[in-house]
Amino acid sequence: MQVPAPFEYERATSVDHAIGLLERLGDEARLVAGGHSLIPMMKLRLTDLEYLIDINDLHDELGYVRMGTDEVRIGAMTRHRELLESAELAALFPIFADAEAVIADPVVRNRGTIGGSLCQADPSEDLSAVCTTLDASCVIQGSGGQRVVSMEDFHHGPYETAVGHDEMLIEIRIPVRSGGSSAYAKVERRAGDWAVTSVGSAVWMDGPVITAARVGLAAVGPNTTGIPAISEAMRGQVPSEELYARAGAIAAESCSPTTDNRGTADYKRHLADELTRRTLRRAVERITAGLEGDAATTHSNTNDSDGRA
Amino acid sequence: MTITQDTQETQQPREDHDHVDNDHKPMGHGRMLRKEDPRFIRGLGQYCDDIQLTGMLHLAILRSPVAHARITSIDISAAQAHPKVRLVVTGAMLAEKGLAWMPTLSNDVQAVLATDKVRFQGQEVAFVVAEDRYAARDALELIDVDYEELTPVVDVRKALAPDAPVIRDDLEGKTDNHCFDWETGDKDATEAVFASADVVVTQDIVYPRVHPAPMETCGAVADFDRVSGKLTLWSTTQAPHAHRTLYAIVAGIPEHKIRVISPDIGGGFGNKVPIYPGYVCAIVGSLLTGKPVKWMEDRSENLVSTGFARDYVMRGEIAATKEGRILAIRTNVLADHGAFNGVASPVKYPAGFFGVFTGSYDIEAAYCHMTAVYTNKAPGGVAYACSFRITEAVYLVERLVDCLAYDLEMDPALLRRKNFIQPEQFPYTTKTGWVYDSGEYERALDLTLEIAGYDELRREQAEKRARGELMGIGVAFFTEAVGAGPRKDMDILGLGMADGCELRVHPTGKAVVRLSVQSQGQGHETTFAQIVAEEIGIPPEDIDVVHGDTDNTPFGLGTYGSRSTPVSGAAAALVARKVRDKARIIASGMLEVSVADLDWEKGSFHVKGDPGRSVTIQDIAMRAHGAGDLPEGVEGGLEAQICYNPDNLTYPFGAYLCVVDIDPGTAVVKVRRFVAVDDCGTRINPMIIEGQVHGGLTDGVGMALMEMISFDEDGTCLSSSFMDYLIPTALEVPHWETGHTVTPSPHHPIGAKGVGESATVGSPPAIVNAVIDALKPYGIRHADMPLTPSRVWDAMRGHATPPI
Ligand SMILES: Cc1cc2nc3c(=O)[nH]c(=O)nc-3n(C[C@H](O)[C@H](O)[C@H](O)COP(=O)(O)OP(=O)(O)OC[C@H]3O[C@@H](n4cnc5c(N)ncnc54)[C@H](O)[C@@H]3O)c2cc1C
Repeated sequence: MQVPAPFEYERATSVDHAIGLLERLGDEARLVAGGHSLIPMMKLRLTDLEYLIDINDLHDELGYVRMGTDEVRIGAMTRHRELLESAELAALFPIFADAEAVIADPVVRNRGTIGGSLCQADPSEDLSAVCTTLDASCVIQGSGGQRVVSMEDFHHGPYETAVGHDEMLIEIRIPVRSGGSSAYAKVERRAGDWAVTSVGSAVWMDGPVITAARVGLAAVGPNTTGIPAISEAMRGQVPSEELYARAGAIAAESCSPTTDNRGTADYKRHLADELTRRTLRRAVERITAGLEGDAATTHSNTNDSDGRA
Repeated sequence: MTITQDTQETQQPREDHDHVDNDHKPMGHGRMLRKEDPRFIRGLGQYCDDIQLTGMLHLAILRSPVAHARITSIDISAAQAHPKVRLVVTGAMLAEKGLAWMPTLSNDVQAVLATDKVRFQGQEVAFVVAEDRYAARDALELIDVDYEELTPVVDVRKALAPDAPVIRDDLEGKTDNHCFDWETGDKDATEAVFASADVVVTQDIVYPRVHPAPMETCGAVADFDRVSGKLTLWSTTQAPHAHRTLYAIVAGIPEHKIRVISPDIGGGFGNKVPIYPGYVCAIVGSLLTGKPVKWMEDRSENLVSTGFARDYVMRGEIAATKEGRILAIRTNVLADHGAFNGVASPVKYPAGFFGVFTGSYDIEAAYCHMTAVYTNKAPGGVAYACSFRITEAVYLVERLVDCLAYDLEMDPALLRRKNFIQPEQFPYTTKTGWVYDSGEYERALDLTLEIAGYDELRREQAEKRARGELMGIGVAFFTEAVGAGPRKDMDILGLGMADGCELRVHPTGKAVVRLSVQSQGQGHETTFAQIVAEEIGIPPEDIDVVHGDTDNTPFGLGTYGSRSTPVSGAAAALVARKVRDKARIIASGMLEVSVADLDWEKGSFHVKGDPGRSVTIQDIAMRAHGAGDLPEGVEGGLEAQICYNPDNLTYPFGAYLCVVDIDPGTAVVKVRRFVAVDDCGTRINPMIIEGQVHGGLTDGVGMALMEMISFDEDGTCLSSSFMDYLIPTALEVPHWETGHTVTPSPHHPIGAKGVGESATVGSPPAIVNAVIDALKPYGIRHADMPLTPSRVWDAMRGHATPPI
């Protein structure tokens, strides 16, 4: 059995309490949410901390998916499983259900949170790619109040974010625009494994014409811009295989994968291309299917498959 | 419905997957639920880590962070000062007691704790004994070791380069990294056949290093009683008796003062055959503290330091006529044995039973030359359900046959059928000297093709290919050699591979059978009760199976290489017959007739021609222990003991077929179907056999598609957790379609052959053959495991690369 080094433990009772503890205990203190990233690192003694502040009791306060007309708000303590099972979220942003179905396994999904996922900022992490694709922003709270940052500003690099040591991520906000849909695809060596490469796409259309498109990649180097070159190439165009291919080529150019046991850099680059094409195609199909049917069919369309490519 | 199968039962087209009716258990062989499962499924198994003793201390091992380095100094003072630490031991301290090195099972030595150098990343350097496992781990961080790093030997192909650093400078006069050379077959005869053959196919094939990765890691609890001088050792061992003998030799404790208990074991697959430094450390810890000491390694320690498997770099050659008649097989193998030769196979077989690489085919000549080398990697070499290297052998020949089919543009199933050893040729002596006991290969292959609907699959494949879809059908046929083994040929460190068995029938007709082998999940408590029940007519639920305790069981070599049923199973059947013979004499007294006038009907004797006059085995047991008279010269009691020395190995076989689909855009392989027809001779409990087969097939999917222990150029193991060393889940495996034929072993008392490793041996080539078949449109003849999406994609682009 792997056992962690000694640490002190306290359960936070509110966001303010948690932030107060972080301030008081300094940078030897860490929050633990689902614990599926932090606790393995503690057991492997890869992380040094003296105080663990458990924020699971804040699930009542921070575990929610709130559907607004302009914006969807997701609390930082919302668990993977809750995201997977939210029918409302799936209807509006099918990318979530696609991605959640292929993140880890049920045991991890029962506990792991969206906040923990974004704050862990693992280079292969899937929800950052989803949030990037949807142009989400993050609400960070400290004793001085809240600030809202874009994904680009939130993500500083592998395992580094804009969240200061005495701050907390409390909410993710996703803008709602009409005429859109989305999709996610991941290639993994085995169910439950981290991505070799994942790609999320979101497309917005006005009639037959694409008005906007964003693509988010995971596991192929830093990527939080939504790839503006793809947006530019697709805006004002009518969907076609050639267009998807062009977008795929841009995705492949815009990433910087490295070779490791999951695959060679060339292969990952190829996947960035292939999966970009697949997810754009699917997002467009979903929009088209949604236009043909009524709102209810949009939802049922999300069940056509999970994001396993 | 309960199925009671006749041992002579002939071909049954498909596995019925009938449910087991636990209210109607078979009196002997047949489908029944496992007796051990009620405790396992309630979480009440008693594993090593469940052992709690009063005053027990906890041991943790400090391991080398680097693959090759000289230890210049070790400072343990801070660790010793930790308030909860009782003992800190280094290699130098062990050396003073002559315990720094121990023999391996293959006549090499291995460091218990490093003294001079560390030779692989993860090697044991020091240990701490503390009041709890947390403190023990904390104290490891307080030990300060200075390493002077040396160049590591990581690439097996460069191990014998003249400028390669010498890893084993502990061995007198050692000037290179050569471990051993070995050959089998007839070199000249093989050369002659190759020289005149129509077709020769040569293929480089790598079987990468993989790990058994049992669910339960290795561990031990050592309890040395200073008053009685007796050491009790609970340990995760597949071979308690052999381990006891070795401890007696290494530690100098008299053998009768050592009791090795192997409690419930959470999977072995060969990983728990060797003696690991941790066991010895636990013993030393208890000797020095006078307290019980527990050592349980964690997952990473298990993956980086314990017995791995495979790691063979092979060049295979197959010679044939242009009509597809296979004439000869030749191979040259470079074997990576890591830093110490820790192979656990019979001593005269340094390459295990790799010599069966001629497979299931009747050929004219064969030859193998092997060179084994040391590298700066974890020791071991033979483990993981491979029947002593038969996994490698079968993979080699089955890939070569497919390569030949590819070059000759022949159907791979047809090509195999054309070359099979025929039923009337058994016993068949192979060109490398193995005597296959019995087989009917074509029947098994035909059944597989029938279950799979082979022709229909090929039609579907043709249609899909025309549409650009990638579907592959892989066929593999294997012959295993299991049940080591005849003591004249086979021993481990001088201990002959025979197995004892004791059977005692109690006065009320219940019984206890004591085995020398130890189950790691194979269901021995059920199978062995059934073997005895079949012979003596006492219901299996009335027979207690005792195993895994050297004080309470007869001597024998343990469970690995699928040897339990072939060796111990034979012993159990024969000891039951011996008891039955005595029962017959007692029955003759009770019925007042001569023994010749008695007929045995499972469970009772009756007078010939007068079934009404009978006594049951239970009546006889009571009489054997009772007050009444026994026939002249018969002692009281109803028990017997034997030691079984097998005449030969047993040779189970099987025909496997795998169907895969590959996504042409992502190169992801999906195993769609898998058909496995196994022939393990007489089937004792079909349900247990199916379980063994399902597990082995899953293993095969893992090895073929994802498993590999890899290293970076510094010799750091990159597969030290289950995030990096992938084993398959239910989502990667299809619904298994199993079937069987029954070709009894002629020399085994009940005709049974082993089956524990058949599926692990047979499935990797079936899966790889299927993947390569799917890639045929790309003109690919071979790609090495593991066939991860990235590696398949490389192959599709004509860049298939060996994994090492
Ligand atoms: C076997 C396994 C497979 C996995 N596979 C995948 C996968 O395929 N794809 C994928 O995306 N992820 C995967 N994960 C990661 C999983 O999604 C984790 O749950 C997630 O990365 C972290 O979420 P958590 O709630 O468990 O965070 P924790 O482990 O509790 O915390 C992670 C980090 O975030 C910080 N943190 C947590 N919450 C906050 C907050 N509100 N504000 C500020 N800091 C915070 C913590 O201090 C810590 O540093 C896998 C994990 C495992 C164990």
